[in-house]
Amino acid sequence: MSEGRLVAIVPAWNESGAIGGVVDEIRAFDARIDVVVVDDASSDDTASVARAHGATVLGLPFNVGIGGAVQTGFRYARDEGYEVAVRLDGDGQHDASELGKLLGPIHAGDADFVVGSRFVDPGGTYRPPFARRVGIGVFARLVSLLGGQHVTDTTSGFAALNRAGIELFAVEYPHDYPEVEATLVALRSGLRLRQVPVDMRERQAGTSSITFVRSLYYIVKVMLALLVASLRRYPRLESARR
Amino acid sequence: MTPIRASIAGAVASIILILVVVELVRGRRLKERYALLWLATGVVLLVLSLWREGLNTIAGWLGVTSYPPAVLFAVATLFIFLVLLHYSTVISRLTDENVDLAQRIALLEERLSRERRPEG
Repeated sequence: MSEGRLVAIVPAWNESGAIGGVVDEIRAFDARIDVVVVDDASSDDTASVARAHGATVLGLPFNVGIGGAVQTGFRYARDEGYEVAVRLDGDGQHDASELGKLLGPIHAGDADFVVGSRFVDPGGTYRPPFARRVGIGVFARLVSLLGGQHVTDTTSGFAALNRAGIELFAVEYPHDYPEVEATLVALRSGLRLRQVPVDMRERQAGTSSITFVRSLYYIVKVMLALLVASLRRYPRLESARR
Repeated sequence: MTPIRASIAGAVASIILILVVVELVRGRRLKERYALLWLATGVVLLVLSLWREGLNTIAGWLGVTSYPPAVLFAVATLFIFLVLLHYSTVISRLTDENVDLAQRIALLEERLSRERRPEG
């Protein structure tokens, strides 16, 4: 597989403190990557900071949530004919210098969807808070069960996709609990999923959208959503791959 | 047997419901597709209120022997559930369409600003 045009999709909501560094890091990793920041109706100057650092900005007219924001990026990637997309969070927790690990299996043609996992051995040093760790473990078991492939980290938003993955997620991307459900959608649709170990950092600025107090409630909601989602039909991707 | 006053009250309430729904549709404040379930509710409750023998028979089937008008409440509740469930599906569809529109706007605005710039 040839190395086609590459786009980095970065969803951001009120990340003016971190977004400039994120864009710079991606361009430092590979200057040929087109960086697209999806601004989910931030009230700060996330969009202008991103633009000043050389990113293309897709500005949503109102807040649609992380899933809808990421999907905007996939639609852009599909419409503009990109062959490969990577997706990083706008808060700086994903280290762009690790992108090579994600892109390896894509460029080798071994996978359609590569997710950076914090828990594949040899694991990194990232230790999330207790409730978060429980949730991550529960989701991973459930997705493994429902999707038919062993996965270790379904909440990671650090990923790379080929054209088949871009086209799937452009039309079929869950809005409510995107990372977890997207893993299931990918497996059910027949994308070849690969997990690679990556290290993640603490948040650079801003606050996580999931606070400790809400974690348990969140776990229950996501589990229900997964069970319902697993009853759904998904498009099978037989021919999309090259 | 259902008390006659309960039957009258049920019939009057059903007729008011039907009239209000028709008036809302007439004034274009309610779309026909969302009025149908409400009209069905009004008609069914009206029939059950006026057709006293029928209400008794149905109550007998359901084992409600002491107070047949309870069946009126049950039917009304069932229809309210149906209307609410219908609205939940409508809201879900509107949410999806809304997000789709927001995404299209974001994509179109970016394309527009790119075409306005002479370079790249």
